[in-house]
Amino acid sequence: MTDAALAPTSAPAADSLFRRNLREFRRNRLAVASALVVLLFVVMAVAAPLIAPQDPNATDLFRRLQPPAWIEGGDWAFPLGCDGLGRDILSRIIYGARISIFIGIAVILLATGVGILAGLAAGYFRGWVDVVIGRIVDILLGFPYLIFAIGLMAMMGPGLVNIVLALAYKEWVIPCRVVRGETLAVRELEYVEAARALGAGPRHIMWREILPNILSPVIVVSTIRMANVIILEASLSFLGLGVQPPTASWGSMVSDGRAFILESWWVSTFPGLAILLLVLAINVASQGLRDAFDPRFSE
Amino acid sequence: MSLGKLLERLIQLIPVLLGVSLIVFVMLALTPGDPVQIMVGEQAITPEQEAELRRDLGLDRPMVERFFLFIANAVQFDFGQSFYHGRPVADVIAERLPATIELSLVALIVALATAIPLGVLAAIRKNSIFDRLATVGSLLGVSLPGFWFGILLIMLFAVHLQILPVSGRIGYASEVPTVTGFLLIDTLLAGDFAAFGEALRYLILPAITLGLPMTAILMRVTRASMLEVMRQDYITFAEAKGLSHRRVIFRHALKNALIPTVSVAAIETGSLLGGNMIVETVFGWPGLGRLVVESIFLRNYPLVQAAVLLYAITYVLLNFVADILYTVLNPRVKL
Repeated sequence: MTDAALAPTSAPAADSLFRRNLREFRRNRLAVASALVVLLFVVMAVAAPLIAPQDPNATDLFRRLQPPAWIEGGDWAFPLGCDGLGRDILSRIIYGARISIFIGIAVILLATGVGILAGLAAGYFRGWVDVVIGRIVDILLGFPYLIFAIGLMAMMGPGLVNIVLALAYKEWVIPCRVVRGETLAVRELEYVEAARALGAGPRHIMWREILPNILSPVIVVSTIRMANVIILEASLSFLGLGVQPPTASWGSMVSDGRAFILESWWVSTFPGLAILLLVLAINVASQGLRDAFDPRFSE
Repeated sequence: MSLGKLLERLIQLIPVLLGVSLIVFVMLALTPGDPVQIMVGEQAITPEQEAELRRDLGLDRPMVERFFLFIANAVQFDFGQSFYHGRPVADVIAERLPATIELSLVALIVALATAIPLGVLAAIRKNSIFDRLATVGSLLGVSLPGFWFGILLIMLFAVHLQILPVSGRIGYASEVPTVTGFLLIDTLLAGDFAAFGEALRYLILPAITLGLPMTAILMRVTRASMLEVMRQDYITFAEAKGLSHRRVIFRHALKNALIPTVSVAAIETGSLLGGNMIVETVFGWPGLGRLVVESIFLRNYPLVQAAVLLYAITYVLLNFVADILYTVLNPRVKL
């Protein structure tokens, strides 16, 4: 029995359900608008060199703490003002989006990949595989997230790859639990039985039969988690454990501004606003996704 | 729940706690940099002294032995010397812990005191303007980065309006003798009500910042479970008996609706631990969270290790309590 002969049994149903869910999502205007905001941030991050008005790392001590353009002393070439080193805040926010979005996507992809592998194995094979994976999951859940990440960053030292790893080491547990639960439920269904009766091996059943049918909740959970990962990255950067200066990241920009809150509110305020906007948009859009694709968990 | 079940659950905690300790141990063991070099710093020592120090710290023994030594010492609260303070790590932590516990407890109270009434009100007035505002508010609550929200509060209330202090636990003018380490208690023990008021003023902004995400989550849980309970037959029956709406809500519905809220609150108390590091850093709060962050930059690793272990164990135990609480409050759930 080849893969091709088995595949069509599940593919058309999944496809039409997907389209129906997508239509459902499109009807939720707030969620669609939020998804567009997220897309806008992604475009901003990708096209940063093209749209940033200034070099994000160019210091100019004559423009030190220059206020936003609409306040006296401001300049429209530096719309959101300048920081303590005279760097353009808007350009740094645009470049900072690259860090937040890259880390958000990288952590979620890595964690979801590992989580799917571990969850499928635990749910399908059960027995000792499930016990071992379950124990690891329990132990990792024993750490408050931020503290675990801080401990790892202290050990590994700062840097982009290290942040991704520090967050992914714990994040995979969440998709893993979802995949395991769904796999346990689906593995007993008739169509899986049928595939097994036709002589399909475990690998075929896990990848071609089970995975396509449990992907919706996994994607929904992953998008919800991305908002959390972005806040965690910003928190690490805020504490000085994230990407190192002079690279612009939103968390470290907010931290830089703390020294100037008495006179220059804009240095901290705008980068924080960027985090809030992106995280809020991801949260609203992912709730819309959940309502459309996985209505079991809707309130 | 039977005593046997409780014991069984307690025994299940052991491998988790051992695993958590192993990870914390490995975290430090793999940290680049030689602990002896970090400890000695710029001082010049002879190779003999270095070897002796290495032996004293147990660094010359195999990894497995060192792990069990670490566990044996940890059980006796012996986490070695804090390089920076020149005192045992356990003493330094014990000194900072009350400030962190006090802040967390006040944040918990703030969160419960705002989330429950707001959640109940949102459920009673479902789909009203208030309900929608509450929904938007809770979404904002989970989306706001804590460190930024704290800075906004400082800018508004401390810098602009100048009605609350910027940072610290109490003003320099107040001298409170330390008894428990909890300022709210120590000031009362000293009979110094002015200092009590001042300590409270210093707590307001950090407690709100720390409690905000929890408030948002608890409000949603309360609203959802209140709506669920209001649909039950016994509520319809109580209404049909002619009881006043208020009596039905507060005497009949609320009691059951709060079960999920209490359980989630217990779990979320653990997440306050992580928030502490951020909030204490923003508000210059002299607690354990800030100490850990400072220690990372000072490469004072024994302290970081002990604190991470302490946080993790507290977190595991809180989750355990949440589980038990849920079963006790909700006899239909079997563990």
